[in-house]
Order: sequence, then C-alpha cells, then structure tokens
Amino acid sequence: MFEIFGIPSTALFGQLLIGLINGSFYALLSLGLAVIFGMLNIINFAHGALYMLGAFTAFLLLHYAGVDYWWALVIVPIVVGIVGVVIERLLLQWLYKLDHLYGLLLTFGLALIIEGMFRNFFGASGRPYQIPELLRGGQNLGFMFLPNYRAWVVFFSAVVCFSTWFLIERTSLGATLRAATENPTLVRAFGINVPRMIMLTYGFGAALAALAGVMAAPIYNVSPQMGSDIIIVVFAVVVIGGMGSILGAVLTGFGLGIIEGLTKVFFPEASNTVVFVIMAIVLLVKPAGLFGRRG
Amino acid sequence: MKRFFALAALAVALTCGSAQAQNKTIKIGVLSDMSSLYAAIGGPGSVVAAKMAVEDSGVEKKGLKVEILSADHQNKPDIGASIVRHWIDVDHVDAVADTPTSSVALAVNQVVKEKNKVFLISGAGSSDLTGKACSPNSVHWTYDTWALAHGTGKAIVESGKKTWFFLTADYAFGHALERDTAAVVKANGGKVLGTVNVPFPATDFSSFLLQAQASKAQVIGLANAGGDTINAIKQAHEFGIVKGGQSLAGLLVFVTDVHSLGLETSQGLLFTTAYYWDRNDASRNFGKRFAKQHNGAMPTMVQAGVYSSVLAYLKTVAAMGGKADDGKAVMDKMKSKPIDDPLFGKVTIRQDGRAIHDMYLVEVKKPSESKGAWDYLNIRATIPAKEAFRPLNEGGCPLVKG
Amino acid sequence: MERVVDPLTESESTLRAQSGRIAFAIMVAALIVAPFMTYPLFLMQAMCFALFACAFNLLIGYVGLLSFGHALYFGWASYLSAYSAKAWGLPPALAILTGTATAAVCGLVAGALAIRRQGIYFAMITLALAQMMYFFAVQAQFTGGEDGIQAVPRGKLFGFVNLQNEAAMYIVVLVIFLAGFLLIYRIIHSPFGEVLKAIRENETRAISLGYKTERYKLLAFVLSATLAGLAGATKAIVLQLASLTDVNWPMSGEVVLMTLVGGLGTIFGPVVGAFVILVMQYKLAPLGEWVLVIQGAIFVACVLLFRRGIIGELANRLRIREL
Repeated sequence: MFEIFGIPSTALFGQLLIGLINGSFYALLSLGLAVIFGMLNIINFAHGALYMLGAFTAFLLLHYAGVDYWWALVIVPIVVGIVGVVIERLLLQWLYKLDHLYGLLLTFGLALIIEGMFRNFFGASGRPYQIPELLRGGQNLGFMFLPNYRAWVVFFSAVVCFSTWFLIERTSLGATLRAATENPTLVRAFGINVPRMIMLTYGFGAALAALAGVMAAPIYNVSPQMGSDIIIVVFAVVVIGGMGSILGAVLTGFGLGIIEGLTKVFFPEASNTVVFVIMAIVLLVKPAGLFGRRG
Repeated sequence: MKRFFALAALAVALTCGSAQAQNKTIKIGVLSDMSSLYAAIGGPGSVVAAKMAVEDSGVEKKGLKVEILSADHQNKPDIGASIVRHWIDVDHVDAVADTPTSSVALAVNQVVKEKNKVFLISGAGSSDLTGKACSPNSVHWTYDTWALAHGTGKAIVESGKKTWFFLTADYAFGHALERDTAAVVKANGGKVLGTVNVPFPATDFSSFLLQAQASKAQVIGLANAGGDTINAIKQAHEFGIVKGGQSLAGLLVFVTDVHSLGLETSQGLLFTTAYYWDRNDASRNFGKRFAKQHNGAMPTMVQAGVYSSVLAYLKTVAAMGGKADDGKAVMDKMKSKPIDDPLFGKVTIRQDGRAIHDMYLVEVKKPSESKGAWDYLNIRATIPAKEAFRPLNEGGCPLVKG
Repeated sequence: MERVVDPLTESESTLRAQSGRIAFAIMVAALIVAPFMTYPLFLMQAMCFALFACAFNLLIGYVGLLSFGHALYFGWASYLSAYSAKAWGLPPALAILTGTATAAVCGLVAGALAIRRQGIYFAMITLALAQMMYFFAVQAQFTGGEDGIQAVPRGKLFGFVNLQNEAAMYIVVLVIFLAGFLLIYRIIHSPFGEVLKAIRENETRAISLGYKTERYKLLAFVLSATLAGLAGATKAIVLQLASLTDVNWPMSGEVVLMTLVGGLGTIFGPVVGAFVILVMQYKLAPLGEWVLVIQGAIFVACVLLFRRGIIGELANRLRIREL
C-alpha cells in the first residue's frame, strides 16, 4: 500500500469511485438541461423541481399503488415527461420570441410553485424510500465497500447518457432536431412539425430529470427541497462544460463529481464550493466553457 | 419635523394607553415553522399542544379567558421578530411559545425582553438562549444542544463504546454539538479518533462515511440536524456501517426523523430526548389524545414542551390573579418553586431561564420489535435532571451572579 | 422596456412631462405620512427592500443584465454592517459604510467575472458566485451560522442622535432611501446612463461606436452591487440582525420578483413592487408555504401576461414616457 499526500491509495480509489457516482447525477441532470437549452433556448430553472417530482412520484407510486422501483424507472419518466409536455404547451411556447431571460424567470416561478405544493402536502422533512430488494447489500472490493445500488447508478446513468448522445448526435431524428433549432423555417418547409418536436424535446428533458430523481430516491432524502439544493450546482456544471455540446455536459458532470470527491478527502470544508471555484477559473481562462462552441 | 415627533409621541401614547385599557384575556402566540423544515417537530402540532394545555389548565373555569394565536415565521429571523413586535404592540399578546430555529428564537428573545413579556422556548436548540443571550423573560423548556450532546455522549461512553469519529456540519451549530460531545467523551475516558467537517447542507455523505468507516471508531457521532442527519443515516445504512459493527449516535434527532427514515434504516440509532410518548401512563395518555387531533402523529418532545410550558405559564398567571402584563414578574414567579409537570416530571427553572428535568437516552427499535406505527424507541437510560443540563456557572449568562 | 409614446406623432402635455416629479412628490409625501398609519418598522424594512430592488433594476432595466445573485451584496453588506457595529463597536454611519464598501468590493470581483458572458450565462454565473459566498457565510465563524448576528446595537448617529428612537431611525432610513433613489435617477439620466441604454439595445453597435462596453457594464455592475449593499447594511441596523436568509438564493429571486412586478426598467416600479411583495408576504404569512406557490404564480403571470409590470402598465395607460 502506498500513500498519496498522506492518504492511503486504497482509500483514494474508494473516493474516486464515490465521486464518479455523484458525477452520474450531475451528468444526468446537466444532460437534460443541455438538451432543453439546445432545442428551446430556455434555461430550465424548473429542472430541479422536475427531478424532485420524479423522486416523489416514485415514492407515491410505491406507497399508494404498490408499484416497485423497476416499474417506477419506466413509469415515472413517462408521467413527468407528460407533465413537461403540458408545461411546454401551456406556458413555455409563448416565450420563444422573447428574450431568453423570460424563460428563466418563468421556469423559476414554476420551480417555486412545484416545490411549494409538495411542501404543503408532504411537509419538508422528507419521505423514506427503500433500495429495491435486488440491489441491496454490496461488494467488498478490498479497498472499499461498494453498495450494489451505487454500482447500478453509475452503470445505468452511463447507459442513459450514451444513448441520449447517440440519439441526438448520430441519428437522423437527432439531425432533424438540431436542424430545427438552427433554422426552424427551413425545416418546416420540409414538412416537419417543428412545434411538436420542440414540445417532445422538453418532455424528454423533463423525463431525464425525473429519471435522475427516481435513481436518487433510494439514497438521498426524498424531500421537496432536494431539487433546489442541487440545481445551482448543476448550473455551474453547465457553465463549466459550455452549453454547446451534449458530450460536454456529460463529461463535465462525471469529471466534477470526481473532483468534488477528491476535495472531500483533502479539504472537506471546501467540497460545497469547489465547483464554483472551478467555474470561476474556467470563465477566466475559457469564457465559453470547456466544450462550448461560441462565446 | 417637530410635528412629526409630536405625532409620533402621540401614536406611541395611544398604543400604550390601549394596551392598558384592554387586557382581560391572556393571549399566547405560538410562533413556529408551520410549513418548512421544522414544521413536523413544532408547527401546527405545537398549536394543538398549546390548545390542549389551555383545556387542561382549567384556568378558563376560573374566569380567565385564554386565546391562542399562531403564525409562521418561515425560518426568517426578521419575519419572526416583526410578527412578535406586531403581536405585542397591536394584539397585546402576553406570551410567545415554541419557536424552532435558533436564529429566529434569538431574535424573538430580544424583542420579548425589550417589551417585558414572556417567551416559552421549546423548539429552539441553541444553548446560547440560557448562556450569553439569556433573558429574565424567557424559559428554555425542553432541550438544548448541550443537553443532547452531553447526554448522548456520556451514556454511550459509559456503555463501553470509547472511540468516536465525528461527522460535523461545518457551521457554528455543528461545531458546538461536536465540541460539547467531544468534551464529555474525553472526560469519561473515551477517545476521539477523528473528525470531518462536512459542508452544510450536504446531500451525499458517502465519502465522509467511508472516512468514518476507515477510522475504525466504535461510534460515529452525527453533529448535524434535519435533512443532513436523515441523509447521513440513510446512507450509513446503505454502506453497511451499523452491520459492520459501528454505532451511530445522533446528536440532534427527533422522533419524527425516525418516522421519516423508517425503522429498517434507522434501527440501532442512539439519541437523547426529553419526551417519548410510550414512557409512562401520563405520557401515553397525552400522546394518544394529541395524535387524535393531529392526524395520528405522536407528539415530539418540542410539542410536548409547548404543552407543558404553556400549562405552567397559565397556572402561574392564574395564581397571580390573571395579571400577565409584567412578563418578568410572571417569570420570577414561575422560577420561585418547582413545577410538577405531567410529562416532564419535576421541573425547576433556573435563574438563567433553563428548565431542569430528566432526559432520556433512547435507541431506535429493530423492525421486529416494533408493534406498530410510532412504536419506535426503547428507553435505555434516564439522565437525572442535575446532570442533564449545563451547570449554571458555565453558560456565561449575565443574570447569574457570583 | 419598449417605447410607450412615439415622440414624433404625439407631443407630451406638460403634466405628462412633469409626471416623474409628481410621482416623486407623491412617494415622498406617502412615506412621510405612512408611519402614522401603519407600522414604522415594517415601512423601514420595505424601504430597504425598495432600495435593493432599485439597485437591481439599474442592471436589468438599463443594461439588460439579469443578475440572479444580488443576495450576495445585500446579505454580505448586512453581515459586515452588523458585525462592525456589534464586534468592533463602530457607530451606525461607519457600520453602514463598512457594509456598503464590502458590497462594492464583492461587486467588483463578481462583476469582472460575470460580464465576460451575456444573457442567461450571466444570470447563472452571478447565481453560482452568490451561492459560493452563501456557503462561506454558513461556514464562517463571525456570521454565527444559523444563529446569525443578533442584538446589533443601533447606536448613535454622529454621536448624538439615538437611533433606538423609532422616529429618528425612520428619518435616517428615509434619507438613505431617497438619496439612493435620486442617485440612481441621476445615473440613468447621465451620459453614462445613455451609453448603458445603448448597450442594452445593441451592444455590437455600441462597441462599433467606440465605447468600451465592458468597462461600462462593469461600472454599472459595481454601482448596482454597492447600492444593494447600502440597502442591506441599513437593514441590518434597522432590524438589529443579520442572518443567512439575506444571502441565500431565494432572496435573489425575491428581488427579481419585486422588480418584475413593479416594472422592469421603470423608475418607480421597483419601489412599488417591493412594497406590494412585502405587504403580500406579511398578509399571507398565515398561509405558510402557499406563499411560495403564490409567489411562483405571480412570477409566471408576470412573465406571460404583464411583462411591463404595475408601473409599466400604468405609464402605458397614461401615455407617460417614463415613470
């Protein structure tokens, strides 16, 4: 066993792995934000609220309908995706011609409404959600005890992130989507229903946030403020990555999780702020973000 | 400008005049967090408790009218302070009760002292309320951070678990909890193997739990509160900390936290409380009556404290013939002799405003031991009143002479 | 934000041209009479928030930059003001000055970073920086963490005016508020303000005209932060406490809401907005968390239906160019 800065290397491996797990949540959430921003040019402040909605829907399904985690993984994104579609049709679609700031303000208001409703109905102290039977327990890796559920989180979110990237960057559907944001008039001329595409994109982004919520439910406290706790960090992740690319959002998410994990070992007091410090440095050096396309 | 001052003086005179003119009913304002983080430990339940106290005090039969007001301070000290100012100046409230969140309680403490009314503190935890910030108009009824940290720390070390590792929320409150616990651990022959300062608020504790696990300490002390404690316990269960032979000690845990975690996750957790409903006949009786009026939820120690403090206050005011105007006089009377309380037993109130009573070290039951909803805790030890709270001369309260 | 009256087709009546002065006179009169009608402490608090909203509006309304982190300047100024009055025993005037200076320095650093990006990026960066400073405030010893800084002495202004007296305190706050308000009015109507508006309308054009827009934006940012700090520092002395509420991000959201409700880019809008929101919070307090829902609903309604805000709509109805 060797040591790095006084920390045994084995412990360090453990922390790196933990960082990767947290990074999965950042990646999933910033991915959804990036998709929505890319297609709608709206900074979705309600993203944290949708994440919370996902976790709560999973909780409600389990406790009132007996629907277990695995079904929740399928049902919740669909339900929240529909909520997203409704939000887009009712509210967001009126804003596309206006300054982007109005989108931010409107979704901020939405986030307040959703969080306030859940606080009213469920209180603020949170609800329990058990880890599914199949994924309880864990593996002793020698250098650390890895709960099975955490391993699943890393695996599953990597799969989701990759599929999303593939869908948007490598398929013809994705190509049409990207074209529609660049030049909606032209794409419409090809006979494609652009508003419907945009609507479905927002639904898809909401579904991604909800999926992250379901995955978070068994390990984090399912509480109304869980979304607002994480959304600002995700914003910083997005600024660091640069909104230009989906790959950027994902890589930055995972990367920052790891950096945050290391900070928790060497300088735990700063682990809440390290993301913001990195953001400031990146802005100084590369104002467009690490993977951003334009300034 | 002169006119302005004259008018201002007139306005003040008018308010004061009316304050003296009408004061037939005793008004108690329950100021709490009605809907946010601490709503479950105080909140609407505290209002229920205060109303039960009015019923049980029997003062209404003696011709005193009592009115309970309530408001939500939203955990913002400036809102809390303005509500109380308004209550006292306009609504002629005589006493304020509950008030979780230390920052709000400290602000209200100041206002109540200035206006010479009574502050019956139950929900707030800061031991400064009977220390640096102590007031002749306040009683700190239920618990404080010193009592919880000390009680839990001492009892666990005495049970033979000597080595500790702290997960400390990195702000004044967390450090105070850690400092008080570490002191008692060391004084009783235990050892602190390490501490990690966790930024507040935190959602992911896995990294810190790994560090705690690696320290091989017998006890992991959670010097945090609310959502942080819940997340830490939930993830400790996931990482098999308790199964691996380490114990968790919560330094600020309420029965509602156990309720929201579930027994599966929180079993084996040790903490200190001032009240548990299933302790004796009186507490059971109160608990069941309370639950009927509060959606089936059993009272927390904070809500029980609101009940008892309001009860004691009303009895004192009744004994004084209904004169509640001079808050300090009422407080002095309450301090003058021990109170026999149905829930807290024998309670004496010290010079610094600290109410002294027994505390209990409890352990969360295994799911198999629990007979149903709210059957959560085993009482492991009783911490006698004299040892339960910080000695009078250590708090730095200016009211304490010598 | 948009021109309300076309100056070519319609000439303004003198009454309309004077509308700003009339409105100002009404506001001052109202603020002098109000303490006899309602709670002076509430009014003082409301004036602090009104100044805060005006300072915020300087940035959003006249430079077109949405800062989502103004709680940073408001809150840290109130901490430093409270701390210097309590721990160092500074007299109130110096304490407020200390707080304001803190906000100015924070504004300089944050502004230098944030103006490198525009639009929503700008908003997110200001938010992230504010949140970073929030975490510092939670951790730092001197802020007292969750307890905040309590029992701040109001002290004696210039050594002889006892501010424990509510009337004296009220006059001081009124003077600070009016001074801040008039300063902002001067800034908007100065040549500097005209350049800011040019940047808002079309930054590229302003650059091509030879203006170093970055410097103008930075100066506007620092001014806005400083005035927000003045409001926060005063509030700490008035309420005799400083707490985490004032540095946390919901406060940044609240000031956006106040300005939005009153009218972005209007002179009196933020003042009206601040009073409306505060009265609402006060009246709705018994409803608990519904306040959050209602505030959210107002946000949504303002964005969808009343983008001009109360004063903006009023000015539009009365065909007043600027109010």
